Amino acid sequence: MTDIVLSALDLTKRYGSFTAVDGISFEVRKGECFGFLGPNGAGKTTTMRMITNHIPVTEGSLSVLGTEVMANARKVKSLIGVVPQDNNLDTDLRVLDNLLVYSRYHAIPRKVARKRAADLLELFQLDEHAHSPIERMSGGMQRRLLIVRGLINEPEVLILDEPTTGLDPQARHVIWQKLRALQARGVTLVLSTHYMDEAEQLCDRLVILDHGRILVEGSPKELIRKHAGSEVLEIRLREGEDRDECLNVMGGRLPDGAVAECSADTLFLYVPDAGDAMGQLDLDPGRTVLHRRAALEDVFLRLTGRDLRE
Amino acid sequence: MIEPTGPRQPVMARKTARVIPDLTWRTITVWYRDARVWATFYKASLIGNLGEPLLYLLAMGWGLGRMVGTVNGVPYIEFLAPGLICSTAMYSATFECTFGAFTRMTRQRTYDAILASPVSLDEIVAGEVLWGGTKGFLSGGAMLLVMSLFGLVGGPAALLALPLSFVIGLLFASLSMIITARAPSYDFFSYYFTLAIAPMFLFSGIFFPVESLPHWARTLAWFLPLTHGVSVSRAIFSGGLDMKPALDVLWLLIFIATAFIVAVREIRKRMVM
Repeated sequence: MTDIVLSALDLTKRYGSFTAVDGISFEVRKGECFGFLGPNGAGKTTTMRMITNHIPVTEGSLSVLGTEVMANARKVKSLIGVVPQDNNLDTDLRVLDNLLVYSRYHAIPRKVARKRAADLLELFQLDEHAHSPIERMSGGMQRRLLIVRGLINEPEVLILDEPTTGLDPQARHVIWQKLRALQARGVTLVLSTHYMDEAEQLCDRLVILDHGRILVEGSPKELIRKHAGSEVLEIRLREGEDRDECLNVMGGRLPDGAVAECSADTLFLYVPDAGDAMGQLDLDPGRTVLHRRAALEDVFLRLTGRDLRE
Repeated sequence: MIEPTGPRQPVMARKTARVIPDLTWRTITVWYRDARVWATFYKASLIGNLGEPLLYLLAMGWGLGRMVGTVNGVPYIEFLAPGLICSTAMYSATFECTFGAFTRMTRQRTYDAILASPVSLDEIVAGEVLWGGTKGFLSGGAMLLVMSLFGLVGGPAALLALPLSFVIGLLFASLSMIITARAPSYDFFSYYFTLAIAPMFLFSGIFFPVESLPHWARTLAWFLPLTHGVSVSRAIFSGGLDMKPALDVLWLLIFIATAFIVAVREIRKRMVM
């Protein structure tokens, strides 16, 4: 029981008649990296902002380290670290001053704050920029500084809302490496993302959210095995062929153990063994077929559908 | 303490949200943030604070004063200066808590960042208002310095203009926070400056005695907070402190408390969704 650092029961957020988060329940265990994965508008950020007490819970209960978030906001906020999706570093202050002023909000004694700030800046390779203005820092450096700021009160849980959105691949990999290092030090990570690779890289367990509801929960591997099988064949459709003709394209029948799904221009076949399936299909030799391992993206797209979200 | 018993409990807690702001010593950390930012640009800021009243004193006091002669038996510049201390404090706090606070609340998302720490939203509002008061104090102080250079300060009693500037700063900071909470964009503030601050500047007895207005206009002027500030300031500089300014001070303090509570409410409405 003490292993649970974050728990939500029937957590709901409504704005008027619109339900952004629709009665979700989950538990985050100590030391793990827990992810919320979902398309835009799925309710990820709303959930994160309820956890950090930026917005009030409409219904249900939400507690961090045994403390109800709504009833005892100050205590919860002193126990967690927050890395927001939108950069809200204080651009009126330089890098180090950002941290020192922020540690005042947390009532950290001045000396302790200086020591922690110095250590964290070094850990996140920002020590050379301690006296730089915020605007001079790259997007990746600013994001790292946001994480450092979230760690200044030595939280047991770090809440990260889309920590690498908008960063280039190099900067993303640096952030992943730093987050794994934090996890190794015992910090529990709770993050939201719409990047599949990020979720596969970092998360021990995750939930896939859509329309404010949890669709599935599990480790990335479990979810892939359960919902996408092990291999995928992508068969490109030709001009004029549509969903109704998918069966004809395959030559009349589905291979054994296969699940088929059709998008605008591609037929997806989730199969236990691609070679075996290819043998059973009667495909036109000129047709483009892509063969790959099943990934979290397949789980995601299968569960949330392939419609465009804006 | 009663433990929450069911999932609907938080909603109940919210409905009975306090009218009395939720304030602790943490308020001062928000004030400290603003003060620290100011400290890095203080030279430019002080030049601005000194420059404007200096220009007013020169143009109105010397220029216009030559033509006016005396008002209430004193040279015009001596009549004008105590009022200008008040308007300087008003403008300084108003700029800080409209443009400044709005930028921190929206574009810079500073409030959002602070809200992730144990500091409450009410404390953010209080810290901003406290800083607005401080800006009023600093500007009033700069003005007092200019006045003493002009030989317009009679004795140490004039130092009472400093706490007065702070009080005027608190008042206009609270009022500005209400406007900031309601502002959809920066353009909104030009209405506020034109419709509220400018009339306040012109009709609260800075440039001419309120008593010279027709009766109905005098009644209207009584409702302008700055009128009471100017009234106290005149009493301070004339050396004749009696019971009349005490009532003005009371008026100002009641106004501050009311405006602050409304400001907290409005900012909550804007920020807590």
